[in-house]
Amino acid sequence: MRAPISFPRTGTSEFGRALLDPEAGTPAGLIGPDGLNAPKRFSVYRNNVIVSLREALEHTFPAIKALLGEEYFSALARAFVLQHPPKSPVLIWYGAEFADFIEAFPPLEAYSYLADVARVEWDWLQAYHAKDAAPMDPALLGQTDPDCVGRVRFVRHPAARLVASSWPIWDLVRVNRFETDNAIEIDLNRSQAVLITRPDLDVDLYLLRPGGDVFLNALFEGVTLGDAAAKAQAQRQEFSLSDCLSDCLSSGAFTGLQNDG
Amino acid sequence: MFPETPAQASSRVDAAIPVRAGAGLKPEHISEILETKADVGFFEVHAENYMGAGGPPHRQLEEIRKDYPLSLHGVGLSIGGETSLDKEHLQRLAALNKRYEPGLFSEHLAWSTHDVTYFNDLLPVPYDQPTLDRVCDHIDEVQEFVGRRMLLENPSTYVAFEQSTMSELEFLKEIARRTGCGLLLDVNNVHVSCTNHERSAEAYLSEFPMQEVGEIHLGGHAPDVDDADRPLLIDAHDREVDEAVWALYEQVIQHVGPIPTLIEWDNDVPTWPVLLSEAKAADQVLRRNADPDIRHAS
Repeated sequence: MRAPISFPRTGTSEFGRALLDPEAGTPAGLIGPDGLNAPKRFSVYRNNVIVSLREALEHTFPAIKALLGEEYFSALARAFVLQHPPKSPVLIWYGAEFADFIEAFPPLEAYSYLADVARVEWDWLQAYHAKDAAPMDPALLGQTDPDCVGRVRFVRHPAARLVASSWPIWDLVRVNRFETDNAIEIDLNRSQAVLITRPDLDVDLYLLRPGGDVFLNALFEGVTLGDAAAKAQAQRQEFSLSDCLSDCLSSGAFTGLQNDG
Repeated sequence: MFPETPAQASSRVDAAIPVRAGAGLKPEHISEILETKADVGFFEVHAENYMGAGGPPHRQLEEIRKDYPLSLHGVGLSIGGETSLDKEHLQRLAALNKRYEPGLFSEHLAWSTHDVTYFNDLLPVPYDQPTLDRVCDHIDEVQEFVGRRMLLENPSTYVAFEQSTMSELEFLKEIARRTGCGLLLDVNNVHVSCTNHERSAEAYLSEFPMQEVGEIHLGGHAPDVDDADRPLLIDAHDREVDEAVWALYEQVIQHVGPIPTLIEWDNDVPTWPVLLSEAKAADQVLRRNADPDIRHAS
């Protein structure tokens, strides 16, 4: 049997590894018109991968980019892409680990509010693409038998998200993304919790009142109205049930009620 | 997976793509398109941008679909990949086909996924027998799963594989023959690849199996140079269609007659009037060559 002439075979495994490893050379067997190995040609692919994924992250995390500046964001995004390349061709789901990555990124240790800002931006994107649903009519609660109101549970709207932070994330996200023309004073000693909803087409952000995050988080977990209010009250004295409940209902955080049998 | 939308279906224009120019749909253009009732033959979308559960993207696409036929163009299936096709992704593609009833459905001769890692670029494949067999199996699987004929787009490439044993044209012709899929002829990709590999675009086009072509793509490319300072064109979709590409396109249409033609402009997206004027330029070429006696005269 004669040995077949054999050229180097370049598999997608080797090709892919080289795309994400800046230290790796050009895989053998990839050539230009002169038949020679072509590192600069290969680097077009490497560049396409990094740049297009960085752009996807820029699109999802504009406040983080504004806070870090273009150059720093670009370097951070590159580091993230190399460590966490997408696992799905649907890029609207790319960047789920970005907030945790920022949190664990040693050079940014002194800026620990960044991760929570990234969480708000990630949840904004999830709300934008969430399943459509009509929000609950706030009047529905008034029609409930007063003796049963405490035992009522709410059904969370598919777009509703909650981010509670020990940093002023509501102010940081507004000034770096949604209200960039407004002068908003940032007090880093403040802690803020943000509710994100999309009752129809527009994603809305709300600053929750004191105890509102505990209350709403409990409701999202399926706790009864009475128990959620008690929990919030126990943690924050200034918690106001009527104010928080009214905020949650008017923001479209729920689709309906679940009465206990 | 997606909400049923029978109500919209009845108020839609016919699904068939007319033999006219269309434009790649960009979210920033949608309200102007709808308000001005823009005169274009069809719109094309990247399927992956409409794989969320709900929200503005689907609402906008429903509106567009009422007034225009739609072409669904996948960019992430990795038909040329060594690993098997992502079944969940196939399901999402099938669901979009069902929901929006696109007149055309296309994907690329390229790979983008290995194992679970998605590289977000259209990466090249070697033109050899094992790759041909695998690509044909994948296309069979797509066409069976989605339940319709697909178009496969010729690639823009920057490197060649030493292991290739056949030409790109032989490879594409064999795929079309074996799978029955149609072809999407990207004339910009022909110009880019032929320049990059120092081949004649005219010769490539003269041998292209035009009877299988269901759609043409035109887009802009960025000039660069390679390791030896030879011209290297990058398929950037970030500017007007190049003069050289318009000339090749006119030759193709003169030769085979009008074919639905899409203008792609995905980066540094211009205002809608600029994109529309590119589509109108393609429409003029189609109209100039619409004489039925010329069509298929060769």
